[in-house]
Amino acid sequence: MKIVVPVKRVIDFNVRVRVKPDQTGVEFANVKMSMNPFDEIAVEEAVRLKEAGKADEVIAVSVGVKKAEDTLRTALAMGADKAILIEATDDVETDIEPLAVAKLLKAVVEAEDAGLVICGKQAIDNDVNGTGQMLAALLGWSQGTFANTLKVEDGKAEVTREVDGGLQIVSVKLPAVITTDLRLNEPRYASLPNIMKAKKKPLEVKSASDFGVDVTPRLSVVSVNEPPARKAGVIVGSPAELADKLKNEAGVL
Amino acid sequence: MAVLVFAEHDGKVLSEAVAKTVTAATQMGGPVHVLISGTGAGDVAGEAAAIAGVEKVLTAEDAGYDHALAEPLGDLIVGLAGDYDHIVLAASTTGKNVGPRVAALLDVMIVADIIGVESADTFVRPIYAGNAIQTVKSSDAKKVVTVRTTAFEAAGEQAAVGIESHGATAAGGLSEWLDDRFAQSERPELTSARIVVSGGRALGSADNFKLVEQLADKLGAAIGASRAAVDAGYAPNDWQVGQTGKIVAPDLYIAVGISGAIQHLAGMTGSKVIVAIDKDEEAPIFKVADYGLVADLFEAVPALIEALDD
Ligand SMILES: Cc1cc2nc3c(=O)[nH]c(=O)nc-3n(C[C@H](O)[C@H](O)[C@H](O)COP(=O)(O)OP(=O)(O)OC[C@H]3O[C@@H](n4cnc5c(N)ncnc54)[C@H](O)[C@@H]3O)c2cc1C
Ligand SMILES: Nc1ncnc2c1ncn2[C@@H]1O[C@H](COP(=O)(O)O)[C@@H](O)[C@H]1O
Repeated sequence: MKIVVPVKRVIDFNVRVRVKPDQTGVEFANVKMSMNPFDEIAVEEAVRLKEAGKADEVIAVSVGVKKAEDTLRTALAMGADKAILIEATDDVETDIEPLAVAKLLKAVVEAEDAGLVICGKQAIDNDVNGTGQMLAALLGWSQGTFANTLKVEDGKAEVTREVDGGLQIVSVKLPAVITTDLRLNEPRYASLPNIMKAKKKPLEVKSASDFGVDVTPRLSVVSVNEPPARKAGVIVGSPAELADKLKNEAGVL
Repeated sequence: MAVLVFAEHDGKVLSEAVAKTVTAATQMGGPVHVLISGTGAGDVAGEAAAIAGVEKVLTAEDAGYDHALAEPLGDLIVGLAGDYDHIVLAASTTGKNVGPRVAALLDVMIVADIIGVESADTFVRPIYAGNAIQTVKSSDAKKVVTVRTTAFEAAGEQAAVGIESHGATAAGGLSEWLDDRFAQSERPELTSARIVVSGGRALGSADNFKLVEQLADKLGAAIGASRAAVDAGYAPNDWQVGQTGKIVAPDLYIAVGISGAIQHLAGMTGSKVIVAIDKDEEAPIFKVADYGLVADLFEAVPALIEALDD
């Protein structure tokens, strides 16, 4: 079985993101970019399935700018076997919408005859949390989202999901799309020898038009603004003073 | 055309998110219909019928819709979509699971996690963990939207409107529910609680986390946690507050031993009053706190519990 793992290049989670003064988007200049953290978890899970003999090949796919090759090399260094970059835009600032990404991924899944997709639950840039579900819909597959534990068995997968009430355990029929939550695993760091080896692994570059997918956005960005700022308040001297302020000043107790 | 709101329930009561989702739906224009599915849908339909602004309630009372599995629910909603311009769900784990599936089946883009409705096709949503607020205009014929319910007031009450039974049956086969591991609790629900007390990595163990629970119980509060506390096993996953956990906006939020990483702030800066207890005066949480106490939590929290008694 082949596993497709979509990986997105995003602003690193440690970066303090700033809105551009002209309100068209956020600042990308000289900003550190990394693999979306949930996608690292997805790569790790796929590689573990291969190591356990449950998969034959792990294919990392990224839709984005040329630079997303770096993200794909990271996936290869973590243990993916091959990578596909779908260059869908040459404007770094323009995000390709999850719906278009899902259509491109569908084409890759079909071309590769993959039996499982493991993607992140959420890209930490647009915070959409939708691509995996959309891909499952387009393929007519089952979906196991927000996975905390994944057990791949014959023809199905048991997924423990992180949901609002706690944990929900479902059995999904394969082929399926799984999306990762934070507790699924702890991704490995790529070792130096593996980083070297990754340079020789295959990385194909395609374009959206190769797949005949229209990537025109359905949502146009009207503006991007700063969130309302909160001001720091006062530092109190003791627990007793805190209790007093809460009871007599804050008006919340 | 009308707006369809998908309503969650546990078989006995309607989710508190529904009345807030209806508020958002009302702002999109058109009459609001509410869809309730699964066993017990008929029992809770009356509650939905009495939410102000609702014109009609549809029930699809088939056990195949229980546990809100995305595949049958997606088909159910898509089957009804012809009559609606907007399909609206709460941005709960269920809404996030089902909404995008519905959107893709209709070949439209999901408008996720909105905090504002500008017009029928223009919505406001946070991106980058709330570091930026995006206004987007949808060119899709139908809009599938998930709503961050903390951003909307609950709709009021009205004389109950009509309830119609929709005779759909769920097709099984793609996925199957096996079990829920839900802890029963007498505490208020985290995302709608008036007071939330959250603990972080500093608690150091599940046993020490009880200190947070004691403060919460003293205040009749819900309990939250940072990712670090959940990852370490001090608190269950459903207590995680933040960018990738739950969004809360209580009247009072007390952060205990939480540094205030941007991913955590994303989930709680909508709170009215924020209190932070941390021993590091440089901790970023103090930048958003109305009241900060620089102290060792193991001394400060018991003392606070005592002082609240006086
Ligand atoms: C993809 C991604 C998603 C994430 N999503 C979330 C999310 O949804 N929610 C979330 O919370 N985090 C999230 N995080 C993690 C986030 O970046 C931080 O790592 C996390 O919030 C830190 O938790 P913490 O504040 O408990 O721990 P720390 O940052 O370690 O802070 C502990 C604090 O306790 C204080 N302390 C220590 N001992 C004491 C004591 N005895 N008394 C008083 N104070 C003490 C310290 O001074 C420190 O300020 C995410 C990260 C990533 C990469
Ligand atoms: N441009 C992209 N390239 C590759 N994978 C993506 C892309 N966008 C989204 N994904 C995948 O879909 C997941 C969810 O993203 P989103 O729906 O945008 O929050 C991510 O964690 C990735 O696994």
